[in-house]
Amino acid sequence: MTTSESTILGHFGQYGGRFVPEALIGALEELEAAHISALKDPIFQAELAHLHLTYTGRPSILTEAKRFAEYAGGARILLKREDLNHTGSHKINNVLGQALLTKRMGKKRIIAETGAGQHGVASATAAALMGLECVVYMGEEDTRRQSLNVARMKILGAEVVPVTTGSRTLKDAINEAMRDWVTNVETTHYLLGTVAGPHPFPTMVRDFHKIIGEEAKIQVQELVGRLPDAVLACVGGGSNAIGIFHDFIKDASVRLIGLEAGGDGVETGRHAATITGGTAGVLHGTRSYVLQDKNGQTVESHSISAGLDYPGVGPEHAYLHDIGRAEYRAITDAQAMHAFSLLSKTEGIIPAIETAHALAGAIQVGNELGPDAVLLLNLSGRGDKDVQTAAEYFGIPL
Amino acid sequence: MTATLEQLFVKVRAENRAALIAYIPAGFPTIEGCKKAIKALVDGGVDAIEIGFPYSDPVMDGPIIQAAAEQSLAQGTGAADVFSALKCATDAGVAAVVMTYWNPIERYGVDEFAQSIADNGGSGVITPDLTIEESERWIAATNRNGISPIYVVAPSTNDSRLGKVTSHCSGFIYAASLMGVTGTRTSISSGASDLVTRIRKVSELPIAVGLGVSNHVQAREVAGYADGVIVGSAFIKCLLEADTEEDGLRAITELAQDLAKGVREGR
Repeated sequence: MTTSESTILGHFGQYGGRFVPEALIGALEELEAAHISALKDPIFQAELAHLHLTYTGRPSILTEAKRFAEYAGGARILLKREDLNHTGSHKINNVLGQALLTKRMGKKRIIAETGAGQHGVASATAAALMGLECVVYMGEEDTRRQSLNVARMKILGAEVVPVTTGSRTLKDAINEAMRDWVTNVETTHYLLGTVAGPHPFPTMVRDFHKIIGEEAKIQVQELVGRLPDAVLACVGGGSNAIGIFHDFIKDASVRLIGLEAGGDGVETGRHAATITGGTAGVLHGTRSYVLQDKNGQTVESHSISAGLDYPGVGPEHAYLHDIGRAEYRAITDAQAMHAFSLLSKTEGIIPAIETAHALAGAIQVGNELGPDAVLLLNLSGRGDKDVQTAAEYFGIPL
Repeated sequence: MTATLEQLFVKVRAENRAALIAYIPAGFPTIEGCKKAIKALVDGGVDAIEIGFPYSDPVMDGPIIQAAAEQSLAQGTGAADVFSALKCATDAGVAAVVMTYWNPIERYGVDEFAQSIADNGGSGVITPDLTIEESERWIAATNRNGISPIYVVAPSTNDSRLGKVTSHCSGFIYAASLMGVTGTRTSISSGASDLVTRIRKVSELPIAVGLGVSNHVQAREVAGYADGVIVGSAFIKCLLEADTEEDGLRAITELAQDLAKGVREGR
């Protein structure tokens, strides 16, 4: 078996599915049909491959982090450099795919939500490249934390709408994007940025990101002559993680480890570790793990990382967790910022704070497995956007 | 004496008019204020009441209902308050249903939720984000407890899907008048009457039209072709904008009286 989902309406065990207003069903069916036909269309695939070669900068390289590894039990740490993609993260993989699908469906306008701003920047970039109108919804709190990315989106010609409802973060940006979509569905594609949301998004977004794991598997085997012992990635909604995990799901010897945002610590309640600290429920059109109270109201998440600050998670991760194929751990803000600083100082690579959670996981797992272990880590984004947050955290005057 | 949805639609058909259905979130403007609002709506001539279960992520709702939900949740409104508001409505003698996003039902327990609706005299539940494909447990639970599962259909719902969705409905079919979220609109989209015409071809159930209706003229227009007229945001706006609770309650009674005239003038 190469995939972990059932084919009926995008269910992954009891997770996934479609929990949306009837008004969106037509658009979701249209999108599903466009995705399925594009998968089989050699012209579409060639166009996407050409964009990845000449625009994204794929294949992304593999970098061995030898000095960083000294702090991780001496295990070999191999970084899949999605941070070197155009726009600075893995997000471009999905965005280019969905933007091509938007054109295929004859739509002229895309809307997107963004937390850290990486998906918003990638969406604005693809819209500029393909001549689409682009509106990005972003929680007001996040526009403050990630003001540099707001400016980038505007420079690229997108409209950025600050969302002032609820917790004013990613969850509320998704609510607002869904309201826009319900209203403008005939002309507009909702370019969802993660492996959550109603079917077909979790499956489709995964399909656009699975290239990460496919490339990495070949690169790791060329370098070390075998499969890695573990594959690590940070998990907010879970798109970069599913992208690097997917091709390894069938390789039972390879541990898949997702690192969630533990905020101040899961025990404090101030965290965004949805699988570690949440319960099964429905949010934003899909059944998965959710941070919720006894009445089923979504609880606000907390993380130093805007990109992981989300009280839901992709349904395939919920399923991989429940069947024991993948494991999920929580990394606190402090552990993540330590790893952020360490990679910067030992390897000359400033990672995104999201990615720093995976790096903190590598320190743990490397120390557990020792020097014979090979760890593959998805270096999902670069940290330029986080310089202000990091400077504040470390007390560096600006 | 409690009325049921079934009795209500028999009655309004006999009177050759549409039913006036009002939406109010539980716990809004306060837990007790909601019960006064229910009474004010009934005094104004509303035929049925939808009690909203306020939810943290209401993607089908516009700014007015969002604001009401936020105000209600800030006071800690939970499932028990929803059921007690439902009972308040049924005790006042009108048919009553609950309208809720799906997650609060799943969290409460699917069977338990349906049973609590029945125990408090409710006729059914409107679930705007529950698709037919995900409904198996819910349909079984509503059947077991003798309440109506009520689904929302939209102008974009194609004919074959209309047949499928409405075949699982009972009580009435909720026809969304337009593509969009809840809120008051200056005019009713022509898509509403087209949708009702299409639904009539596949179902004999009563059809109530919601989204955007806020005044006498619109109520009269919709009553011309639908069996029920649903008004939510306009009532909530009365309460949000009033200086005192008394003023707000008086305003909703007056609006209900005005709309009640409208639903009797449509044919």
